[in-house]
Amino acid sequence: MDHELDVQGNVNRRSFLKCALASGAALGVGEFPASLAAAPLPGGAQKQDDAQFTVEAKFYQKLQNKKVKCKLCPRECTVGDRERGYCGVRENRGGTYYSLVHSRVCAAHVDPVEKKPLFHYLPGTVAFSLATAGCNVNCKFCQNWDISQSRPEQVPADFIPPRRVAELAKQYGCPTIAYTYSEPVVFSEFLMDAADAGHAAGIRSIVVSNGYMQQESLKAAYGKMDAVKIDLKSFTESYYKDVVTGQLKPVLDSLVTLRKMDKWTEIVYLVVPTLNDDDAGFQGLARWIKTNLGLDVPLHFTQFHPEYLLKNLPITPVPTLERAKAIADSEGLHYVYIGNVPGHPAQNTYCPKCHKMLVERVGFTASKNLIRKDSCPFCQHPIPGIWHT
Amino acid sequence: MLPQTDSNRGVYPQRRSAMSAKRSASRRDFLKECFSGAALLRASGTMGLLAPVQQAALPAKSKVVIARDELLRGTGSTVDSRRMLSLLDRAMQTLFDRDHAIEAWSKLVRPGETVGLKVNTLGGRGLSSNLQLVEAICERLQEAGTKAGDIVVWDRDSNELEHSGFHLSTGASGVQCFGTDRVDYEPELVTHGSVGSRLSRILTQRCNVLINVPVLKDHDGAGVTIAMKNMYGVIHNPNKYHPNGCNPYIADLNMLPEIRSRMRLTICDATTAQYEGGPAFKPEYSWRHNALIVSQDPVALDYTGWQIIERKRAEKGLKTLQAEGRAPHYIATAADAGHQLGTNDPSRITVAEA
Ligand code: SF4
Repeated sequence: MDHELDVQGNVNRRSFLKCALASGAALGVGEFPASLAAAPLPGGAQKQDDAQFTVEAKFYQKLQNKKVKCKLCPRECTVGDRERGYCGVRENRGGTYYSLVHSRVCAAHVDPVEKKPLFHYLPGTVAFSLATAGCNVNCKFCQNWDISQSRPEQVPADFIPPRRVAELAKQYGCPTIAYTYSEPVVFSEFLMDAADAGHAAGIRSIVVSNGYMQQESLKAAYGKMDAVKIDLKSFTESYYKDVVTGQLKPVLDSLVTLRKMDKWTEIVYLVVPTLNDDDAGFQGLARWIKTNLGLDVPLHFTQFHPEYLLKNLPITPVPTLERAKAIADSEGLHYVYIGNVPGHPAQNTYCPKCHKMLVERVGFTASKNLIRKDSCPFCQHPIPGIWHT
Repeated sequence: MLPQTDSNRGVYPQRRSAMSAKRSASRRDFLKECFSGAALLRASGTMGLLAPVQQAALPAKSKVVIARDELLRGTGSTVDSRRMLSLLDRAMQTLFDRDHAIEAWSKLVRPGETVGLKVNTLGGRGLSSNLQLVEAICERLQEAGTKAGDIVVWDRDSNELEHSGFHLSTGASGVQCFGTDRVDYEPELVTHGSVGSRLSRILTQRCNVLINVPVLKDHDGAGVTIAMKNMYGVIHNPNKYHPNGCNPYIADLNMLPEIRSRMRLTICDATTAQYEGGPAFKPEYSWRHNALIVSQDPVALDYTGWQIIERKRAEKGLKTLQAEGRAPHYIATAADAGHQLGTNDPSRITVAEA
């Protein structure tokens, strides 16, 4: 049997590479052979030592009767003793609130940074990407629902403490650690500690998040990040309520706060046929970005694939994505991309002034990067981003 | 396939413990090992804060039996096994109109069927499904022809079962007792309305018949947790279904065919109940009701149990759940035309004292 990590958290290099480099490696979740499926295992499906993953939560308030109020995300769960919040990874034990997912890594991969996607951040490099179980929303289209919508004890995981994360990133030639796949908001304590350990070792941190967070926790946790990608899932509250089980307003507030914090931020908008693909929505989104964040924020319109609870909808037609891009372009945004459509010219970066191609992307990698001194080599127009390590 | 966003990732393969045969226990051994350890309430509608909904084509009336025994614990604090067995018998005979308890059980379960007793062990030793009650159910099931090995006592987590006094048992024969953590959840999602979840493999692969053995208690979100809310222990993601007073999630969850088709009976443990501060055990808000509430209609049972809790709250000078903003609206949803899981109309519920 393969074990990527032994109990000390040491990676067996050969098996790790087998896992990490096999694109879309098969999941190991819930894999009981049918013949054994209903037979109980003496020690449980995969017994994990809860204690080593449990740390007191950073953002909460104690209430009467041993209740707590979580202050990490806008949901503000009020949680009774022995209960968990909506995300399933935080538990009230006797009036003290705990994160159950510190160092509890259920997914790890060495990914191109373009896959996050971050297009203006160290193109052509790879990120040591990891996740824990849990999420504070429940998007009906989630591709990672098997980890994001599960409790930590239901997902095979290994103990990888912050310093080990930094070591692994270094070992695999990754200039960055990426917190991704599920929802990093819910593992903020781990993310903050891993970012500190990474910085001490010369490794940067990036986060791929829904931005559904309280302002104070956002400042504290994402203040430690070097770049942020926010999934802005729609520009209507009704979509956030019905499809995401969240709210739009706090996400917009997060984007404005990140802008004020001067964090490098890119935005992804997953275009779901019939649900968030109308012209008015695209225009409202582009105008809001122009007014509140500026013209230079990269905006990625990405293609939806039927998954999880939205299997009844088709893949987003490419012309719909092109229509979205045309609307955002016409509003004056400088860097509007089309994602998940291999070979589409709109996955390259062009100079907004002379329109020459500056970064060419093939698949998930940047095959050519002509940007020099953060500028277009042809007309010297500055190109925003972090282009070189 | 391409990701929606950053989704493809490697994951660590599941570590699987080797199977090991545990020693089997005889029925008597199991029974030793596995378990250590007012007046008729008329659902008159005076506390019916939620209007009963219009219902179409439901059976005549739903019967809810409340069986009480003031001497259930004798002079001590532990429930007396013999009195519990007799209390259960009275409840079953009354519900099924039979002179003998075994006849009632024979009506419910056929030999050869596999029976799951879904207990509730969230409240630890103070407020979990009563051990003597579960023991009595197992005894009567076996006397009615169900093999011990065809009975499984279960909840979501083995540790919680143990903390509540149950001894885990996974032998080839004898009554089984373990949590879903031992067998995992089905990998595929099942959905109904607002709910999309993975079901316990104990439910899907070990039970033809489900007997629900919840506890009567207050719930800070749903208002009360009795029969239908106990099904949260069957799915992998109950935390997702607590907003809005668990409504319509509880009703939608109980609509899942895998649950509905197996559900035969609810035997609610009201030996110790809780009227405030639930679902965790708060001794200061619990009382010894020394009762069982039994029905084949989970909606009628939840409605009846809710009234009992409201009465206790009134007696203790507490506000109604409605006044506290947490009336159990899920009960009306479960009864509505879209669900029809039972009735919440007091005029259609016969509450019988045993
Ligand atoms: S982080 Fe989790 S527990 Fe905290 S408010 Fe959000 S969903 Fe609730």
